[in-house]
Amino acid sequence: MSEKLDTVDARLIERLHGNLPLSDRPFAEVGAELGLGEDEVLERLRRLLSQGVLTRFGPLYQIERAGGRFVLAALEVPPARFDAVAAQVNALPEVAHNYRREHSLNMWFVVAAESAERAEAVLEQIAALTGLRVYAFPKEREYFVELRLPVTGWRGGGA
Amino acid sequence: MTLDDFDRRLIMATQSGLPLVSRPYEAVAAMLGVSGDMVRERLAALLANGLIRRIGAVPNHYRLGYVANGMTVWDVDDAQVDRLGAKVGALPGVSHCYRRPRHMPRWPYNLFAMLHGRSREDVEDQRAAVRALLGDACRADDVLYSSAILKKTGLRLREG
Repeated sequence: MSEKLDTVDARLIERLHGNLPLSDRPFAEVGAELGLGEDEVLERLRRLLSQGVLTRFGPLYQIERAGGRFVLAALEVPPARFDAVAAQVNALPEVAHNYRREHSLNMWFVVAAESAERAEAVLEQIAALTGLRVYAFPKEREYFVELRLPVTGWRGGGA
Repeated sequence: MTLDDFDRRLIMATQSGLPLVSRPYEAVAAMLGVSGDMVRERLAALLANGLIRRIGAVPNHYRLGYVANGMTVWDVDDAQVDRLGAKVGALPGVSHCYRRPRHMPRWPYNLFAMLHGRSREDVEDQRAAVRALLGDACRADDVLYSSAILKKTGLRLREG
């Protein structure tokens, strides 16, 4: 994690945490707001993506509005099998995120599917593939979702 | 709402990201064989009805210096969890807050709040604030720190 994020990167990320304009040349419009040229905006975005500072740039789909489901689920994976099970789980396209966590339930992932039935089938597939019990934690109520952390003031470092 | 064929094709073309070119909506339109106006109008409609949360950057928060990521979980009185969950969600540093099912006896927790900080001390401070807010309505709690991101791609619709 040695790459440097300068203050221009930070301002760009903060701006693009909000919506990209739906205009003909949206990057030129965002650049004008920040005092940057369109090419510079595009170059910086490409670099931030290739460095992994951004994982994606584009629409964030909330598929539940069209009958889809996001289901959080957990596994207790024997440590010796951890990498193999992670590979099995990650290979499924419906697995949107997967995190290792410090707990006996040590693998936590989110299944994103077009329907509740499909999500259920994927969880059953994971149980069958791994031979492990899948603990499903479908959301019953959403109180707040907005991952928007301040970027400015970033001083480097990292895990 | 239900997705029509064009919505599905639009999602497939953009779910891994927009093209980083001067006219990204025109580029998507060219892939789909429609006009740029049609792509922009449909994206605007999907934003308006909430199927698209936003169009923008998805940062890796670890790389922004938020290296401490704690999933805090709380066993909260069922009669009070909805009222308190809304308050927990409004605290600074909480990025996601949900009510989820318990798995007794192993998992007594029904309220999940994701906390982010530049250190575990930051997260523990936020956790103390959640605990103070919940008070006697909370019987037990835990925190699960993440030690690795194994995958982070987001939604991927399958073909067909």
